[in-house]
Amino acid sequence: MTTDVNSKAVTAPAVAAFGISKRFPGVIANDDVNFDVRVGEVHALLGENGAGKTTLSNILTGLYRPDSGHLEMAGVPVSFQSPRDAIAAGIGMVHQHFRLIPTFTVAENIALGSPLAGERRLLRMGLIEQRIRELGEQFELHVDPGARIWQLSVGEQQRVEILKVLYRNATTLIMDEPTAVLTPLEADALTATLRSLTDQGRSVIFISHKLGEVLSVADRITVLRQGRSVATFEAAGSTRESLANVMVGRDVKKVERLGTGALPGAPVVLQVQGLSADGDRGIQALDSVSFQVRGGEILAVAGVAGNGQRELVEVLAGLRPRSSGQIDVDGEVMDRADARHPIRMGVAYVPQDRLGTGLAPDLSIAENLVLKRYRRPPIARPPFLRTSVIDAEAEDLMTQFDVRAPSSQTPTRRLSGGNVQKVLLAREMSGNPKVLVVSTPTQGLDIGAVATVHQLLLDAAASGVGILLVSEDLDEVLALADRVIVMYEGAITGTVDAADATVASIGMLMGGGASAEEIA
Amino acid sequence: MSITTRIGIRLEPRVDNPRWMTWAVPIGSFFAALLVGAVVLVITSQNPISVYQRILERGFLDSGSLSGTFISATPLLFTGLCAAVAFRVGFFNIGGEGQFYVGAVFASGIALALGADAQSWIAVGAMVVAGSIGGALWAFIPGILRARFRTNEIITSLMLNYVAGIGATYLIFESDSFWRELSGSGAVFPKGKIIPLTAQWPSYEIGTLVVPFGLLLGAVVAIWLHVLQRRTRFGYEMRVVGGAPSTARYAGMRPSRVIVVVAMLSGAFAGLGGAADVGNFRHVLDPKGLQQSGFGYAGIVVAALARLNPLAVVFVAIILGGITNAGYALQGPDFPAGLVGTLQGLILFCTLGGEVLVRYRIVNTRRTNRAAVAA
Repeated sequence: MTTDVNSKAVTAPAVAAFGISKRFPGVIANDDVNFDVRVGEVHALLGENGAGKTTLSNILTGLYRPDSGHLEMAGVPVSFQSPRDAIAAGIGMVHQHFRLIPTFTVAENIALGSPLAGERRLLRMGLIEQRIRELGEQFELHVDPGARIWQLSVGEQQRVEILKVLYRNATTLIMDEPTAVLTPLEADALTATLRSLTDQGRSVIFISHKLGEVLSVADRITVLRQGRSVATFEAAGSTRESLANVMVGRDVKKVERLGTGALPGAPVVLQVQGLSADGDRGIQALDSVSFQVRGGEILAVAGVAGNGQRELVEVLAGLRPRSSGQIDVDGEVMDRADARHPIRMGVAYVPQDRLGTGLAPDLSIAENLVLKRYRRPPIARPPFLRTSVIDAEAEDLMTQFDVRAPSSQTPTRRLSGGNVQKVLLAREMSGNPKVLVVSTPTQGLDIGAVATVHQLLLDAAASGVGILLVSEDLDEVLALADRVIVMYEGAITGTVDAADATVASIGMLMGGGASAEEIA
Repeated sequence: MSITTRIGIRLEPRVDNPRWMTWAVPIGSFFAALLVGAVVLVITSQNPISVYQRILERGFLDSGSLSGTFISATPLLFTGLCAAVAFRVGFFNIGGEGQFYVGAVFASGIALALGADAQSWIAVGAMVVAGSIGGALWAFIPGILRARFRTNEIITSLMLNYVAGIGATYLIFESDSFWRELSGSGAVFPKGKIIPLTAQWPSYEIGTLVVPFGLLLGAVVAIWLHVLQRRTRFGYEMRVVGGAPSTARYAGMRPSRVIVVVAMLSGAFAGLGGAADVGNFRHVLDPKGLQQSGFGYAGIVVAALARLNPLAVVFVAIILGGITNAGYALQGPDFPAGLVGTLQGLILFCTLGGEVLVRYRIVNTRRTNRAAVAA
């Protein structure tokens, strides 16, 4: 049933790409990409966003056909006309966003779309569950085949995705940013799974833009830059710095924390006491959260997504009612759940969903820059808006924040991720806020843009603004924050000084583990 | 082999669309519609060239034809604006039809109430105001239901069309209402009272061309709406709410309030159309005639062809009005009335189909496949 993947005699690579190119109108997504994945290795594809990783994985899984170049599997040229061909050839994709039906069982999800076992195309769940248990034993992927997906944790759901492709006899697994949704502990478990897969002769293509995890997980690393495969390295012997330089094609300046943050005597600009709120489904999502931010300080909120961070920032922005608790901004009580109220009190907010919530994508940069000030003079002369003032201010802000766009009249949907974030920060800072709430400000940005955004946040802090930084990226948290609070299941599980914090200590708190004191 | 391969065509999203496409595609679509229409005409044993020539002559070129076209275009202009303003904010008001009726009921009611002694400008002004209020109130119902209870305005506004139609019918056919003519022939055949001469809207003669006051009013409203959308604070809110509702909430706007106001504005435009219909043309509340015309639904077509741009609505209304007007002249024993409707339908179909070309480009997968296999 399974192919002879254990044979070490196979010398040809499991998968190899020769000169793969794929063009879209105006974009060369892949340009002469070459790499090979050995049998039994974890091969990382490392690149910034837009480097061509997604296009390449779509070609490997048969969704796109390359314009030129070809693929080989075990030394034999292959041409996939559809995803079905790729699956039949033994390539399995583990998607970043799971493709599972929550109300189905594990076995039903795995059976879905797989060739039916047994005669006469009958759906024999007993056989399917039996096979899933066998695969679980073989690769140490333990999941109850009868459990329903909605009952499972994110880590377990990912195991189901992996089992799904193994069930279809995949010999090469493509994993797209598999750790993006996992806690550090779950990520460790995934690493163990990868080892178990490769030990048994399967190959893994690991797509990521995170240097640290690539170095710890992969055997070899192929770096993609602007659609080209720049180089392939052995993971042993590479460093973060060397990879980062190849990845962006320039030296990346590491962010240095400027100054020591807030002076002890700086005023408290944001005080939150006993704040509780419900989530979208009416279940309590925020459980008696208290903290304060001083002017000039960066307070980071770390945690795996979905542990109350979104609800916290939405309450602060007046977009979600609270069930109890008090919020003071610069000594004044914020008492209305109304988005205008925090804006007037000086709370700026850069949401996670930049184009969907932070900006009106079809409107121009200039119009987006006045989104929070359009009601009053000098922008408005009711009932009219003063277009000349809007355009002039846009030119100033675009220069000041280095927004690169054809003109101030360009719709924001045309901008790159980094420029979108610069427009947002420019607008929020133009209101002279006292507090700046930013949610995952660098998610999805390339390394150059990340550095720019970090610098803008540091500049804002230096000018006396108190910053609440919600981020899942611990490197970012440690680089920027003065203090870190960690949230788990709606509550704060610990507060640590950035100077004493390590990825490990914060990671434990993120998983709901022991508090910092207990570790120490 | 996948299905896409056998067909050999795939749609790929465009990364960026060139500027010339925004005008070239609609015009190209229009000619494509004429081409498909020609096939239909040939099948029905008509000569397409002579039919198109006659449409052009009877709709626009013959002496007096443009005046007739303006009459057909006036209601379409108002209902077109009704749909255009509402669709822009994502409020799918299908109720222009009913709002048009209610506007006609209100306008004819006020004209009859003021009587023959009122000064003309007062009577006409009162009809304009009453028609707008009537349409706005009728549109307020689906607007507030959506804002408060998140009901689907497509359903509620559509259903209210029937309520308005039956209500207007009741006024003339089922009751001895204020609107119904009870003396003379009206005692035998139910019909509405004719509004006083002073309340009848003027038309202006420019040479041989007759321009109804309603059309001018509609053009002014279109320009007013354009300025409102592009230059004012409320227009800015409309554009943000329409394109990005959660961004609007984030910026402290109140999307539900904006939507209710726009719903009423939209209804007011349709109601104005109803007032113009009574004031400029019919001079009477004629429920059967209104329901046969279907101006409210035709307005959705006008708005779609105009890509929701108020100024473009003026031109599209005149073009479609011309085709409708020519249809009256063309129909006869050798030319079925349905053919003109077919042509209008084809124009809409091709224009909306053209939108796909603006967003996607067609890729011939057969060729790329062969290349891949050869490689």
